[in-house]
Amino acid sequence: MTAILEMRGVSKSFAGVQALRDVNFTVEAGEIHALVGENGAGKSTLMKVLSGVYPYGDYEGSIIFDGEERRFRDVNDSEALGIIIIHQELALIPLMSIAENIFLSHPPSRLGVIDRDTVYRRTQELLAQVGLTEMPDTLVTDLGVGKQQLVEIAKALSKRVRLLILDEPTASLNENDSAALLDRLLAFRAQGIASILISHKLSEVARVADRITVLRDGRTVDSIDCRAEPVEEDRIIRSMVNRDLAHRFPQRTATLGEPVFAVQDWTVHHPQHPERRVIKAVDFEVRCGEVVGIAGLMGAGRTEFAMSLFGRAWGDRISGRVWLDGREVNLSSVSAAIDAGLAYVTEDRKQLGLILDSDVRKNITLASLGRVSRQGRIDDMSELRVASEYRSRMRIRCSDVYQETGQLSGGNQQKVVLSKWLMTDPKVLILDEPTRGIDVGAKYEIYCIINELAEAGKGVVMISSEMPELLGVCDRICVMNDGAFVGEFAAAEATQERIMRAIMRNKEIDKKVLQGELRS
Amino acid sequence: MTDKTVALPGHTGFIKNNLRNYGMLLSLFAIMLFFQVMTDGTLLQPLNLTNLVLQNSYIVIMALGMLLIIVTGHIDLSVGSVAGFVGAVAAVLMVRYHVAYPLAFLACLLVGALIGAAQGYWVAYFKIPSFIVTLAGMLVFKGLALAILAGQSVGPFPPTFQKLSSGFIPELFPGAGTLYPTSLLIGAVLAVALVYTSAKSRARQASHGIEVEPFAFFVAKSAVLFAVIVFFAGLIASHRGLPNVLVIMTALIALYAFVTTRTVVGRHIYAIGGNARAASLSGIKTERLTFLTFVNMGVLAALAGLVFAARLNTATPKAGAGFELDVIAACFIGGASAYGGVGKVGGAVIGAMIMGVMNNGMSILGIGIDYQQVIKGLVLLGAVCLDVYNQRR
Repeated sequence: MTAILEMRGVSKSFAGVQALRDVNFTVEAGEIHALVGENGAGKSTLMKVLSGVYPYGDYEGSIIFDGEERRFRDVNDSEALGIIIIHQELALIPLMSIAENIFLSHPPSRLGVIDRDTVYRRTQELLAQVGLTEMPDTLVTDLGVGKQQLVEIAKALSKRVRLLILDEPTASLNENDSAALLDRLLAFRAQGIASILISHKLSEVARVADRITVLRDGRTVDSIDCRAEPVEEDRIIRSMVNRDLAHRFPQRTATLGEPVFAVQDWTVHHPQHPERRVIKAVDFEVRCGEVVGIAGLMGAGRTEFAMSLFGRAWGDRISGRVWLDGREVNLSSVSAAIDAGLAYVTEDRKQLGLILDSDVRKNITLASLGRVSRQGRIDDMSELRVASEYRSRMRIRCSDVYQETGQLSGGNQQKVVLSKWLMTDPKVLILDEPTRGIDVGAKYEIYCIINELAEAGKGVVMISSEMPELLGVCDRICVMNDGAFVGEFAAAEATQERIMRAIMRNKEIDKKVLQGELRS
Repeated sequence: MTDKTVALPGHTGFIKNNLRNYGMLLSLFAIMLFFQVMTDGTLLQPLNLTNLVLQNSYIVIMALGMLLIIVTGHIDLSVGSVAGFVGAVAAVLMVRYHVAYPLAFLACLLVGALIGAAQGYWVAYFKIPSFIVTLAGMLVFKGLALAILAGQSVGPFPPTFQKLSSGFIPELFPGAGTLYPTSLLIGAVLAVALVYTSAKSRARQASHGIEVEPFAFFVAKSAVLFAVIVFFAGLIASHRGLPNVLVIMTALIALYAFVTTRTVVGRHIYAIGGNARAASLSGIKTERLTFLTFVNMGVLAALAGLVFAARLNTATPKAGAGFELDVIAACFIGGASAYGGVGKVGGAVIGAMIMGVMNNGMSILGIGIDYQQVIKGLVLLGAVCLDVYNQRR
């Protein structure tokens, strides 16, 4: 096989921090090459060097594409050669149609007037290639995340792609959409298009990758060929973290206490469609020291349930009763919920969890400034002390607590969000997808924190779309579907199959929709 | 997994970092020096300096409120009209109905608060863009000022009210010749207090093991700060002493600097501008706080309107026209971000002073109002471009 891309001796540093050290990276024509590593290992930096975000001269080393050395000045240079990167945050314009989005930068036109027939026809062709049956004039905002991802890929195909780079494409997709996307990659491989897949989901990597390159602390530490024999996930993990994760989930023996959190008859209506019941008279209970998982597909109402409980931050016409520590509480506002001892760690840390421009210290203390202030006046020294304590306790990797939160890696950002909520000293924590988009090492650390919280007698609710994680961490798993709990399993008796079956059994009504999704 | 050790920046790095912080201040000094030379020393003559303070006091006062609005990610276009309207209300109350000065003063501030509340309500609770709400307010209050003055100028005000703008603090040691010792003393005390508090905070930080600025740098900084304050106090003292309005202004600047940097409320305001949804999910009452920043703006616009009316000694239907532009420009020149979440009280004050010195200096030089506007516009654009460029580096 011939190499389509070769990156030789690439180094790059930011303000004294070495992000990449002498990295060598080769992609062969028509292969799926997975790039894995912990957060902050340098994967994104390497891809930014490759795509020209960091122009020639900003890094050391050389890029050879198609047998010639390339010096990209910006992203346009790399795109012209067919190197297309699809970022984790999709770059689609929601209120434009699929066709307009695909041909945004260079629509087929005659004398500056867009040729709508060609646009329509070409879009249809491209959508067929990625397995979408939507009409080209459907607005992007009306598509689910999974289909939006496919539109991004169709957009890449419109530019005559030779090397497709996907940064965590399945991070926010459910299992069916993820499977559909990976099938597309396999189809592209058959057409001779090479792809680089950055992913934290090692099962996916093991499934589709031809070769795997592992980065750690800015260096290439391992290169695995999976064509000869299938690779084991543990092998990848070992290389990533340089330590044996004999157990991917830390052990804990649960000692359950009294019920600390009880919800009765909780009903929530949709804020835009008030007649639609999103949460349907749900009962729910968590004991002291218990970790309760909530499983379910996307759109089952798990986040809506959590956010409506957390000071009615979501939904309309909310009714029901809530007890915390045996006392009935009125969670009518977020601050009331915090005062009552409830904390909610959002699934969307960038949009809803953090102030990215603000430093680590201010983010940690934001929800509990009362603890570091007197009569409304902040004691900056005790604030600094508390923030530094959380930094070392949660092992947040940052230059100091004055570093901008937006500069941290995903896992460290998540630890900042967790610190913020731990500082409010809650009795019950609801963690919504707490390990989304973060690496294996950071995940393990977060599981350890969850265990510590449970051992300290707090009640923990964990919403997750990753079933192994629910099975590994929770004492009890509740299955939510269409705004109601449809199954409940003790940890010992729960398996992925049983949970999936509980979801499916109650999917009668949605069956047609689901099958449609599976096909696409 | 070991923590990466990061090389600490040396002294050169420290000075480089701080040059950015003090860049605005240095530009102000450069501009002052430029006009001082160009006007053959007229700019810093005691009389002109006092005038400069009086001319810009209302802009500075409004800039304090505007900064908070801009930090929350909003804008208030109505402040000029509101200031003009409140000036008109003051004239009607005091001149036409002979309401006592203190009562009329409080009534006017209340009117300002109500106007701020009326606008803030739509912005905060109905989520109507502040640009639109305050654009409407701008028209409404400009019209109302015209209406209650019946298109005419109303004045003069009672002498006690005029003192708000044209008065000076009473002299405790009369007969000391041309220099006003009380004012000089206040200036010196202020300078000592500032140096003392910054020394204390430096010692406190050092005792908590925080990296502090090099001692030599600190001494030099303090010496310059001390010298500058005493120098200006001396200039002011050699005319007629401290103007009342300068005392009010200084107190307000200190108060707002404290609120924005050291209090929970201040932190919450910045959080709203930084990420409103994350702030609200952290238990911050974003709507109420946004509402209150508009109430606060209304009160400060009213105060500015009173100061301006007292200075002119008459309320005119045209009063306040275009103030909003100077106030907003002051905040942006001072480094506030149009996207919210970023901005400092000190920056806004320096921004207002830069605008003021340029207005004053160009007038002395006899540059027409036409080109004055062109130059001010270019300075605004240039300052913001420089800021954006600095942040990208």
